[in-house]
Amino acid sequence: MSTTQISEEESQTIVSSPKSIILRISRSNPQTGTAKSFMEFKVPYEKWTTVLDAILEVKKHFDHSVGVRYSCRQATCGSCGMIINGKPRLACFTKIVELNSDVVTVEPMNNFPVIRDLAVNFDRMFSTHKKLKPYIVRDDSEITSKTKEFLQTPEEVEKYIQFSSCIKCGLCNSACPTMATDSSFIGPQALAQAYRYIADSRDKGKNERLKIIDEPHGIWRCHFAGSCSMVCPKGVDPAMGIQLLRGYLLGFRR
Amino acid sequence: MRESIVMKVHYGTALGAVALVAVHILFRLTQEFSKSLQYESVIANYEFLPYALVLELILVLISIHGFNGLRVILLELKQGRGYEKAVTYGCIAAMVAVIAYGSRTIILASMGMS
Repeated sequence: MSTTQISEEESQTIVSSPKSIILRISRSNPQTGTAKSFMEFKVPYEKWTTVLDAILEVKKHFDHSVGVRYSCRQATCGSCGMIINGKPRLACFTKIVELNSDVVTVEPMNNFPVIRDLAVNFDRMFSTHKKLKPYIVRDDSEITSKTKEFLQTPEEVEKYIQFSSCIKCGLCNSACPTMATDSSFIGPQALAQAYRYIADSRDKGKNERLKIIDEPHGIWRCHFAGSCSMVCPKGVDPAMGIQLLRGYLLGFRR
Repeated sequence: MRESIVMKVHYGTALGAVALVAVHILFRLTQEFSKSLQYESVIANYEFLPYALVLELILVLISIHGFNGLRVILLELKQGRGYEKAVTYGCIAAMVAVIAYGSRTIILASMGMS
């Protein structure tokens, strides 16, 4: 079967759908100097159709050149973050019907350099994430025969478990008002991950991480707008993590 | 200096300024409000040493807090090594200038030389 062919099942879906929306897709290509513009497509949808499905429908039937990054289609890989009707969301996790609009506008995430159309460059977010040592730091290991498994009580796990749900989709960084003006700001994603490991009772890297975030463009530039927590598709609360981290730096927490 | 120390000073000066400005406002209640703002009353306040010290402290606390706040805002607006250094040292210089000029006013007034 050729790649442009529509499967029977998909064809039936399109024909049987009585409802449709106008999908406005932001098109731009900084490499060729193409300025941002919107292309509109009339896309049929069902109650289970996600925004990603609609974009892929456009790619399949109208314009295959639309640039979009996606992979798992189940809100696990964090690839398809974009601005949908003005709010940062995962395209695969946002159903058309829940938007309650006949027009769905998709744009690339804010605060990230655009590669093309809806795909943005994650390099800075990943490098900042790595800088904060997103792993357990300690000299001994639980995999050598001389040491035992590092046990934790449920209360100890409770301290950080929600922060380990982060899928690095970048929606929090996209929603952050500080990141919009301060290009050197560490960002809510990395700060939440710093808290995730600092709060882990097995970790011994607290001082190293606190030193990294305690700089002019570090944790203190957060104004607690809370928009990062509002947009997280995994229910992580980076704003709370940042406030808890501040507690360590101000001496309220040990 | 570590940013956490700067921010501790920032929060501390805010709390101190709120407390002392409250004292300053309460002093207006010691007499009729309009009377408390008359020239003689204001000069009398300056000449009362504890009150002059309160005013000096308010000046120092608000200057530190305000200029650090300005530094933070300017650092968020634009980034760059040279720019950030200029903003930091510029804010410190402006803070010192404001404190020096304000202190001069308080000292002269408290000595009856206004």
